[in-house]
Amino acid sequence: MGMDAPTNEKPEWPLWEVFIRGQHGMSHRHFGSLHAPNAEMAIKAARDVYTRRKEGVSIWVVPANEITASSPSDKGPLYEPAEDKVYRHPSFYKIPDDIGAM
Amino acid sequence: MYAQLIKAEHAGDEDTARAEAFQQRIDAGEKIEPKDWMPEGYRRTLIRQIGQHAHSEIVGQLPEGNWITRAPTLERKTILLAKVQDEAGHGLYLYCAAETLGVSRDEMTEMLLDERMKYSSIFNYPTLTWADMGAVGWLVDGAAIMNQVPLQRTSFGPYARAMIRICKEESFHQRQGFDIMNRLANGTPEQHRMAQNALDRFWYPSLMMFGPSDAESVHSEQNMAWKIKMNGNDELRQKFVDLTVPQAEYLGLTIPDETLRWNDEKGGYDFAGPDWGEFFDVIKGNGPCNRERLEARRKAWDDGAWMRDGLLAHAEKKAARAAKAAA
Repeated sequence: MGMDAPTNEKPEWPLWEVFIRGQHGMSHRHFGSLHAPNAEMAIKAARDVYTRRKEGVSIWVVPANEITASSPSDKGPLYEPAEDKVYRHPSFYKIPDDIGAM
Repeated sequence: MYAQLIKAEHAGDEDTARAEAFQQRIDAGEKIEPKDWMPEGYRRTLIRQIGQHAHSEIVGQLPEGNWITRAPTLERKTILLAKVQDEAGHGLYLYCAAETLGVSRDEMTEMLLDERMKYSSIFNYPTLTWADMGAVGWLVDGAAIMNQVPLQRTSFGPYARAMIRICKEESFHQRQGFDIMNRLANGTPEQHRMAQNALDRFWYPSLMMFGPSDAESVHSEQNMAWKIKMNGNDELRQKFVDLTVPQAEYLGLTIPDETLRWNDEKGGYDFAGPDWGEFFDVIKGNGPCNRERLEARRKAWDDGAWMRDGLLAHAEKKAARAAKAAA
């Protein structure tokens, strides 16, 4: 992800990003990438490469060049505004001991 | 380790302020990601190191693949198949990590085949008996783990993530090797001799995997500052020897080193280093199997060309048909 197209005269199989959902109801998680000629083959290859030890029950593959990523230089404007908003976390609020668990 | 003699590329003439900020991020334990700015030297050194590591995984399939059809039992055969398949996966994880730095997998493969890139010296030694499958898993994978475990904390995010997955699988490799050795060492006298013979042949080449002494390496310092190299070569070699000697004793096998002694003062073993002349000779291409390994890789690449092209053509045809049907 995030690389320039290879400067190769011969066509190379496109790159796919692989997302896998584990067994316990978690969401699909990015596992890695691989090359495959099309989506169908990418799923087959992802099965071989990333689920040899029962790591998952569902596979998504996405063409790597279809992913739009935020720019590292936008880190400040994107994430800094969250820094002074501690009131968005439950730990900001003091609940009297008498109330018990909340 | 699978990456030996990795030269540090010089940072070049980029503005020092950026390079300093970059170093501060690494010092603070931040991960560097593909789209982040990085010094050209960092990028090029990583491509060389990750590429060499990936090639080692792929070429490393050859000495073990040699025994798949001759494994002594069906169980041993399925285990060995699984292990060799893992090595292919490890190669793939690493090629993908290197690709995020702007080099393509095909380019890297071609650099291996025309010898612009290297792979670990260890895979240029032959696997002559079944016991070698034990020695390779126990010693070679054991040595690789010494290096790979700390690399899980390396500064480059995709490389660190690949190493985490590899380490999870690698411990199966070492254990299955030890299990083969254990069975043979406690088998018939002939099997015991076979195990001893494998240890005799793989001991020094395994010590070479860590590379020459750091004192002789001018590149270690930069690579360590960049957290591309996490430990000194001598430090890891010592750790490997200290862990392995008691395991050999348990097996009732003798490490082929008459100078091997426990040193109370340093809390580790004193041991003989390998023949570095031999190491450099193997690196230069003159090991027992260099030519055979590269020929096998070239043949696989050339013989597979029609398959790669064919699958691509088939995918294009299917896509065109789907587009026509949708129109």
